[in-house]
Amino acid sequence: MSTKSTKLADIFINLHEKIRSALLDVSNVFLFILNIVKQTFSKGFEFKEFFYQCFQIGYKTLPLVSITGMIMGLVLTIQSRPVLVDFGAVTMLPGMVTVSLIREMGPVITALICAGKIGSGIGAELGAMKVTEQIDAMEVSSTNPMRYLVVTRVLATTLMIPILVLYADIMGILGSWAGANIKGDVTIVLFFAQAFASIEFIDFLPAVTKTFFFGAVIGIVGCYKGYYASGGTSSVGVAANSAVVLSSLLVIIVDVIAVQITDMML
Amino acid sequence: MMEEKIQTHKNGTPKRVVIDIKNLKKSFGKLEVLKDVNLQVYEGENLVVLGKSGTGKSVLIKCIVGLMDFDDGNISVFEEHIKDMNPEALSNLRRRTGFLFQSGALYDSMNVKQNLEFPLLRSPTKFSQEEIDKKTNEALSHVGLEKAILQMPSQLSGGQRKRISLARTIVTNPEIMLYDEPTTGLDPVTSDEISGLIRDVQRQYKTSSIIITHDINCVRSVADRIVMLKDGIVYKEGDLASFESSDDQEIKSFFK
Ligand SMILES: Nc1ncnc2c1ncn2[C@@H]1O[C@H](COP(=O)(O)OP(=O)(O)O)[C@@H](O)[C@H]1O
Ligand SMILES: [Mg+2]
Repeated sequence: MSTKSTKLADIFINLHEKIRSALLDVSNVFLFILNIVKQTFSKGFEFKEFFYQCFQIGYKTLPLVSITGMIMGLVLTIQSRPVLVDFGAVTMLPGMVTVSLIREMGPVITALICAGKIGSGIGAELGAMKVTEQIDAMEVSSTNPMRYLVVTRVLATTLMIPILVLYADIMGILGSWAGANIKGDVTIVLFFAQAFASIEFIDFLPAVTKTFFFGAVIGIVGCYKGYYASGGTSSVGVAANSAVVLSSLLVIIVDVIAVQITDMML
Repeated sequence: MMEEKIQTHKNGTPKRVVIDIKNLKKSFGKLEVLKDVNLQVYEGENLVVLGKSGTGKSVLIKCIVGLMDFDDGNISVFEEHIKDMNPEALSNLRRRTGFLFQSGALYDSMNVKQNLEFPLLRSPTKFSQEEIDKKTNEALSHVGLEKAILQMPSQLSGGQRKRISLARTIVTNPEIMLYDEPTTGLDPVTSDEISGLIRDVQRQYKTSSIIITHDINCVRSVADRIVMLKDGIVYKEGDLASFESSDDQEIKSFFK
């Protein structure tokens, strides 16, 4: 009897601790974001580091994004084709694939891949810099690490993820054209003409807008996890890993919210 | 409470106090790391700070350059309270201070030359490329590692990394040096080389320094004066001889 009640008490204490630390985390992230905003608009923006980070992000993910983009288009096409053939609507294929690529598949899958590749990279890099005191060393060399390391990376992901998504969309349409050509014969010009004819501004705007948020989420989570890594070298792995898990989750949550908002507006 | 002793030059004039720490307190949550620390660093001296692992030695020197806030008490450097400093003044103080981190803290993504250039490029004083090259070469030759100039930190040995980090901290001609366990994790020969370099830096750059260490060979070769931290306060203060001849069990265990 008594053991049962102590167990129950343990569970409540545990739960209480968990909720407390989660709330603390949320408030810390909030303060972190406020600090990023403040540092972004204070003088002394680190242009060189920002451009270097943009280049790094593009350069590191280009092959991966190219391949996944292509495969997305290819698979969508191969899977939708038989259905469209049954309904005698095969001419709608380019348009249908393009709309689903641009609205949903392109942004979400590219963002998830970048969360894995870039988010973990930033988490590990800043985490290692933190535990080996490189961030402290920067600070004593008249450098604001928030501005030099965090602001540049967050802005770079916020800018580069939308560009990578657009690029993945194009690769997807290319992949789709390749898929369509397996059983049929369409010129690439005709295919792209049909594809773009089907997109309306209203498909495009919300899709692009949400990718900026995906980019910001990936940058902020990666930086936060790395910047607050503490303890030995094992915390570097923890930072990288939890950056990927949390940013992937947040990308999906942001996407759900974005879909709801878009739905309400239309 | 410890009696405050004023150090004097040979002719009897008092030496200038460069770092003055009064009643310093610092806790992390419930853990009281520094309870009431009082110490002075005089101009031109090497002050060794002894203490077991976890007694707050690193915390102490991080407070001196404002890398960490403290809860209570006062730290003044060059007669200015660091609590009262605006960001510019603090950044100015940091420029006059060299900090050798325990892990070396070389920037992994930069080669040796870029590591040494970093503090110069970030300084508000603009140096020409020739000046930068001259200063980095000087600092590298001081630590005897000119040949490593284009290597990445990952290609260097532990001792070489320490020497490169030392070069990076002296490249800006600091007046104060803070060494956090400069010889920990190095073999005895390399440790002696580092100890020698600490003496060289003191002579050549006329620095006032705090050296945290529990390597007794290092203490013997660099210390002008020693303080021992224990339980959040200065447990004993004195010169090398007074520590060597002490009957205290705690102190003896260091000087075996
Ligand atoms: N940022 C921090 N957050 C919480 N505790 C810390 C932090 N930095 C140091 N401590 C704690 O303060 C104590 C003293 O640390 P430190 O100064 O690194 O010891 P040492 O004398 O070995 O250099 C340790 O118990 C350490 O766990
Ligand atoms: Mg330490």
